[in-house]
Amino acid sequence: MKRKFTKDDMELTILALPTFVWYCLFSFLPMIGIIIAFKNFRITSGGFLHSLFSSSWVGLKNFRFLFVTQDAYLIIKNTLLYNAAFIILGILIPVTLAILIKQLLNPKLAKIYQTAMFLPHFLSWVVVSYFVFAFLSTDKGLINNMLISLGEPAVQWYASKGSWPFILVFMNVWKGMGYSMVVYLAAITSIDISYYEAAVIDGATKWQQTRYITIPALKQIAIIMFILAVGSIFRADFGLFYQVPRNSGIIYDVTVVIDTYVYKALAGTGNIGMSSAAAFLQSTVGCMTIILANILVRKIDKESALF
Amino acid sequence: MFGRIKGDLGVVSKINSISPAANMFLNLLFLFLALLCIIPVIFVVIISFTSETSIALNGYSFFPVETTMKAYEYLWQNKRLILNAYVVSITITAAGTALGVLLNATMGYVLSRKTYKLRKFFTYIILVPMLFNGGMISFYLVVVRFLNLKNSLLALILPIAVSSFYVIILRTFFNTTVPDSLIESAKIDGAGQLRIFARIVLPISLPAIATIGLFLAFAYWNEWFNALLFIDNKELVPLQLLLIRIEKNLEFIKENAYLIGVSADDLANRIPSESAKMAIVVLVTVPIACSYPFFQKYFITGLTIGAVKG
Repeated sequence: MKRKFTKDDMELTILALPTFVWYCLFSFLPMIGIIIAFKNFRITSGGFLHSLFSSSWVGLKNFRFLFVTQDAYLIIKNTLLYNAAFIILGILIPVTLAILIKQLLNPKLAKIYQTAMFLPHFLSWVVVSYFVFAFLSTDKGLINNMLISLGEPAVQWYASKGSWPFILVFMNVWKGMGYSMVVYLAAITSIDISYYEAAVIDGATKWQQTRYITIPALKQIAIIMFILAVGSIFRADFGLFYQVPRNSGIIYDVTVVIDTYVYKALAGTGNIGMSSAAAFLQSTVGCMTIILANILVRKIDKESALF
Repeated sequence: MFGRIKGDLGVVSKINSISPAANMFLNLLFLFLALLCIIPVIFVVIISFTSETSIALNGYSFFPVETTMKAYEYLWQNKRLILNAYVVSITITAAGTALGVLLNATMGYVLSRKTYKLRKFFTYIILVPMLFNGGMISFYLVVVRFLNLKNSLLALILPIAVSSFYVIILRTFFNTTVPDSLIESAKIDGAGQLRIFARIVLPISLPAIATIGLFLAFAYWNEWFNALLFIDNKELVPLQLLLIRIEKNLEFIKENAYLIGVSADDLANRIPSESAKMAIVVLVTVPIACSYPFFQKYFITGLTIGAVKG
């Protein structure tokens, strides 16, 4: 059904044009730039595109580090494991909290709790890293002060490898739980109250109501959040991993993730070729996982799929 | 009849309430979580008012032995640095929010027009970046080498102005709340799309515009990553980057104290570095902590619309 490009279409195109230009510059041009993963990138005086196209192709040479160094195994393992923990806890905890906070008898108090728990979402990781420091600092931190007053030895937290997986997971949950709880709470609030009334008349317990009314109603939004999160499973939260551990070298093994590794190349201490190869894998594998997750979800339940 | 049913349902919801003991327990749980979220902010405020000797003696504490305004006085003496960072942060927040609202709303509106010929094309334009992106390195090279925005405030404003997530929220909002008949009748009256967008769609969509505006404003205020990548010029440092760098700056002053013949203790009295750091954290955090409770409802609306598929 071909139809002519009308004046109306023309005007809408003009409206969309600035944003279209933005997408070309900040999304699509970097996508073209991803081919530096296959090049020996040299900066020339002719600008970005000239440097990009005049650099020589090196095939898969930049990807060789994946097999010859320990780095690759470490950064991929860390990124995947941390993200897996974030995804699981990032759904389980907020869903549970949303169901529980809805039960409170005093809605005014519930609103106050919700507001307080929303706060971390509005703070940057830079600010949060100072909060963490106030608690974990070796000589001045609150936790060590408490340990000492209890007669325990002080712990050098920023050098304590074993603690960081817990600290990082805890901070991620801390920062995100209020926000996600609000998302699920909104979904619970929109459930027709007559379902619950009918259930009570039929003698359903609280648990049965939750199991058969609330959780099914939350399923779709939880699945959307899940697919989106799985799609970025190769993408670490740079702020969390870069700011909160304060660049402590001793805990590098448990805090390095793809994004902080790639950043090192830009900060001048890493290798541009390897980093761009890591970035390329991150983008392509991430794209595949989101499509795969969506296909799986569509197989199980067509309604819940994202696209 | 109707009244009686309502009365019965009131009883039902009473029966369905949790027991006072369970309520008590849940209140304690949520009180704990709420405190967990706000206590760090209070802690940092307390540290910023703690004297340097107190910190040296007892570390960071909720109950400082000696309180002082020294940290703030010190920052006031160096106010050029702080004020400049404030100006930069406010500038990028204001400019970025205005630009971002405009860019996201125009695209959202265009995608909400069902008869538009290029609708499908532009839908792909916004969806593809949600699945795939070029990564940090080529993004950096595009901004620095192609757009030449190193050490320019535009490098802080432009990259986060548009988000497909915002565009979709706005598209969904325009789809559901701006009636087609309104737009058709405006067209019959001879109004072009630009005019319809500016005079009709924007004014009746203020709640959604406010939501996206707030999303953007908080994102700009908290932006530090692009500043870390693109800003070396001292004049252009926003608050968040100042906070990242202040550590290094204060360390530098401290380490060089021996060289200029000042003892460390003496210096600690003059530069309250521990409390000054936390005082800057307070200055960055307070505007947010004080304002977000009032804007909360817009965020919740935004999240709810955003979660609707379509």
